[in-house]
Amino acid sequence: MGFLSYLINGISLGSVYAIIALGYTMVYGIAKMLNFAHGDVIMIGAYVVLTAITGGINPLVAVLISMVVCTVLGMTIEKVAYKPLRNAASPLAVLITAIGISYLLQNIALIVFGAAPKSFPDFIKVPALKLAGGELVISGVAMVTIGACVVIVVALTFFVNRTKQGRAMKAVSEDKGAAQLMGINVNATISLTFAIGSALAAIAGVLLCAAYPSVTPYTGAMPGIKAFTAAVFGGIGSIPGAMIGGILLGVIEIFGKAYISSQVADAIVFSVLIIVLLVKPTGLFGKNIQEKV
Amino acid sequence: MKMLEVKNLCISFGGLHAVDRFDLSIDKGQLYGLIGPNGAGKTTVFNLLTGVYKPDEGIVKLEGKDITGLKTTEINKAGVARTFQNIRLFKEMTVLDNVKAALHRSYRYQTLTGILRLPAYYKQEKAMDEKALELLEVFDLAGESEVLAGNMPYGKQRKLEIVRALATNPKLLLLDEPAAGMNPQETGELMETIRFVRDNFEVTILLIEHDMKLVSGICEELTVLNFGEELTHGKTTEVLNNPEVIKAYLGE
Repeated sequence: MGFLSYLINGISLGSVYAIIALGYTMVYGIAKMLNFAHGDVIMIGAYVVLTAITGGINPLVAVLISMVVCTVLGMTIEKVAYKPLRNAASPLAVLITAIGISYLLQNIALIVFGAAPKSFPDFIKVPALKLAGGELVISGVAMVTIGACVVIVVALTFFVNRTKQGRAMKAVSEDKGAAQLMGINVNATISLTFAIGSALAAIAGVLLCAAYPSVTPYTGAMPGIKAFTAAVFGGIGSIPGAMIGGILLGVIEIFGKAYISSQVADAIVFSVLIIVLLVKPTGLFGKNIQEKV
Repeated sequence: MKMLEVKNLCISFGGLHAVDRFDLSIDKGQLYGLIGPNGAGKTTVFNLLTGVYKPDEGIVKLEGKDITGLKTTEINKAGVARTFQNIRLFKEMTVLDNVKAALHRSYRYQTLTGILRLPAYYKQEKAMDEKALELLEVFDLAGESEVLAGNMPYGKQRKLEIVRALATNPKLLLLDEPAAGMNPQETGELMETIRFVRDNFEVTILLIEHDMKLVSGICEELTVLNFGEELTHGKTTEVLNNPEVIKAYLGE
């Protein structure tokens, strides 16, 4: 039963990575930039939920507040920090800015909430599922996390493929100039992408801290990097890729911890990325990008 | 009132006067041609008219309304749509979605309405589907509405670009070398299509073209551009027989 419970833990952790990876992959697919501050939006989201619940607000309402805060934060970051650099001569300008924003958020959290880890309330009151006569236990958090991931991926796939806003995103992703000339507001579309990615980050923050119940200003950093890895692994720009990449990464990490060594689990995760990129540089679901000559 | 009136349009890149003191005046419903040797600045004029470039000087008026310096999206909203010299369809989207993307501005519902699939979402999407299919039907492309645009044959891609531009409901349609890469038969069909569009969609058409058969076949008036400046303008036959024009094309 050890194997099965590790597998479920892995899928659960991977679902969190997947939800974060969706934010990376959408922003990359549409705005063609890597938003390295994405992981820290998760951390801010977790602190917002923590503060709200401590203040006596209903947990579900707290999550909604956190989503709104993160959405506004994500859109603000895009407008203030990234948009002015969108047409900069080098794409590195916006990448470095993103790293700067990441540190800025971490340090703001340090000032506001302090460096000491804060314990995260256990508010997901779903009873654990006991199978096989109590030998296999699936925690309530794991079930909620996996369920949330599936719902989000399905809803997002539907949104991108079947709504006019989603079509605008795809059009902007393919050809900003042509989209603009067809009456699509590129700024609004990119802004919406950041809004959706950041709202998902808030959900990921809650699920992450429900599974690992403590928050520090650096809570978002490592999951952020791993989710980015997951997005690249699955093929950056692809929604199913982000989901599969995230879940595979979570499973590999937990198996690595369980069967090899918890010390080198992260090293294993990143080795897998390197191998995948050597064999298939575009990732599992990535498109072959033709360089314009 | 003139459909399009351009006065003293100028833009330079570095020291190069790409377009210099350019004037243009097009009547409503006209089929107007902009011709000139390679590098004369024709596409730059299109980019100035659609707001891709901001002119250094000059005024662009659409039906008397000043649209100089507006953003591309606003210019499109004012009623200018275009196609591209090198086809720029959304190649990884279906034919139908290409047209629906261009209907984006005309049909409205909130993002949340779409996420939650409220009744307004279904209503608007259905209306968009109907409108897009109706347009595709007119151009005999409805049968391929679910094909990826990038997988269509070349001639049909050109046609689809025109349909997509028409979907934004323009008053003025700019066609950038619509016959480029077409064989004589395809060009013949294209001429029919362009005339059909002008007559049935109440649009004024300004086109850039090198194919003299197409130009002399359908354009009522021409402006000739050479080194960023106007060489001459007037009725098509007169312009094409002007020795200056022949010299600009063929050299001394």
